[in-house]
Amino acid sequence: MQKPSEKASTYTENAFAAIKLTIIVTLVATPLNMIFGIAAAWAVTKFEFPGKNLLITLIDIPFAVSPVISGLIFVLVFGLQGWFGEWLYAHNIKIIFTEYGIILATIFVTFPFIARELIPLMQEQGSEEEYAALMLGANIWQIFFKVTLPNIKWGLLYGLILCNARAMGEFGAVSVVSGHIRGETNTVPLHVEILYNEYNFAAAFAVASILAVLGIITLIIKNLLELKIRKQTH
Amino acid sequence: MSIFTKNRTALPGFGLSLGFTIFYLSLIVLIPLSALFLKAASIGSSEFWAAATGDRAIASYKLTFGASAVAALINAVFGLLTAWTLTRYKFPGRRFFDAIVDLPFAIPTAVSGIALTAVYSHNGIIGAYLEKFGIKAAFTPLGVTIALTFIGLPFVVRTVQPALQELDKDLEEAAASLGANRFQIFFRVITLSIMPSLLTGFALAFARAVGEYGSVVFISGNMPMKTEISSLLIIVKLEQYDYAGASVIATVMLIFSFLILLLINIIQALTQRNTGKG
Repeated sequence: MQKPSEKASTYTENAFAAIKLTIIVTLVATPLNMIFGIAAAWAVTKFEFPGKNLLITLIDIPFAVSPVISGLIFVLVFGLQGWFGEWLYAHNIKIIFTEYGIILATIFVTFPFIARELIPLMQEQGSEEEYAALMLGANIWQIFFKVTLPNIKWGLLYGLILCNARAMGEFGAVSVVSGHIRGETNTVPLHVEILYNEYNFAAAFAVASILAVLGIITLIIKNLLELKIRKQTH
Repeated sequence: MSIFTKNRTALPGFGLSLGFTIFYLSLIVLIPLSALFLKAASIGSSEFWAAATGDRAIASYKLTFGASAVAALINAVFGLLTAWTLTRYKFPGRRFFDAIVDLPFAIPTAVSGIALTAVYSHNGIIGAYLEKFGIKAAFTPLGVTIALTFIGLPFVVRTVQPALQELDKDLEEAAASLGANRFQIFFRVITLSIMPSLLTGFALAFARAVGEYGSVVFISGNMPMKTEISSLLIIVKLEQYDYAGASVIATVMLIFSFLILLLINIIQALTQRNTGKG
């Protein structure tokens, strides 16, 4: 039998482990999707090529796929009965039911956020300034960091905020690929579920309130950015 | 003629950016998704049909699509009303209420799930009140509908709002000068011109509701054949290591989602042609 104080400390430890995992997942998924979003927007808005509209449609697919299915597809690829299941097992690599699976599923559900924000924005701004920089002898990185980035920074930040909020709060997809191991593969939303299903309502709502506050902060930043973007375009 | 002729002095980075885009897209989206379709296709058509139309699966579709349709309909009505109020009237706190519409987007679904359950269960603030009238909300299809209405609202409001903002005041004035009364103006002028965006909002809210998981599992009670949504049935099948069965139900749901998206695109293409906007 645990003493109440010990019990409380394991609660705290599990909650902290969940917060830590959520932060790690977000810190991996968001930058990767940012790099992708920038690359995709650059390819789509600066060049003409066949299949461009198809590419834009494909980028949006994860928004049409429900959360549980987003998790399921990674189980089918990396799970024990999945495509690479046997190979991964033979090489002692585990992806499903570990933090790697959680990261993959999170990347999938937040995949379009940044590209979707940047493509219309860069389309509207055109490429005149980039061409001018090119004539003046700038290389690709100089063009991007000195010309394009300053023009798109608020839109990029907007996409980052949305992507970040979804990455922290994703539940369905992560629930499928997580092993629900306390202190190991539990993100904050999953931790809320475990506490709730144990009828530990006070703790569940306490942890949920962290997420709710983060959601409200996201909403405030989002609205401030919208004001800023509106001012810039008018 | 090469397609690149007009880009002779093209900006750099075409190969790098497109290459990375396609690589990342394939790795994260295309390959995993094709795993789903191949899994569903790998079992014979009769087995597919049996798994897709099992009693439990049919019951879950009925609940999922039925509750989603009702929720999207409620949102179409009240979302239009909300968007109308937010765009047409100036009142103190308008920006605040405008921002609040996005709350269901911003709050993680698990959080809304437990909050809604607490509010609508028999000892919750609203649930206790409903109980007096003999209405049970939590752990019934009504509860599922409530959760789906909650998460769908921003879709309708955010789609209808821009259309209402762009609505030509001249049209309304012209109608008024021709002797139309307010109801005629609303139903024949305004409703008609925002109908495409209202339909799109309805479809988006519907599509989102069909796939919703986090906010529903807590309030639904998850009783097989009664309050079990299709997303949950997928998880149940996975937990029984019935990967094929899970894939079949997922495929049915995905095909349905893609059909809705196609419908939205058709609506938008048609209206763009009608209004002549590019």
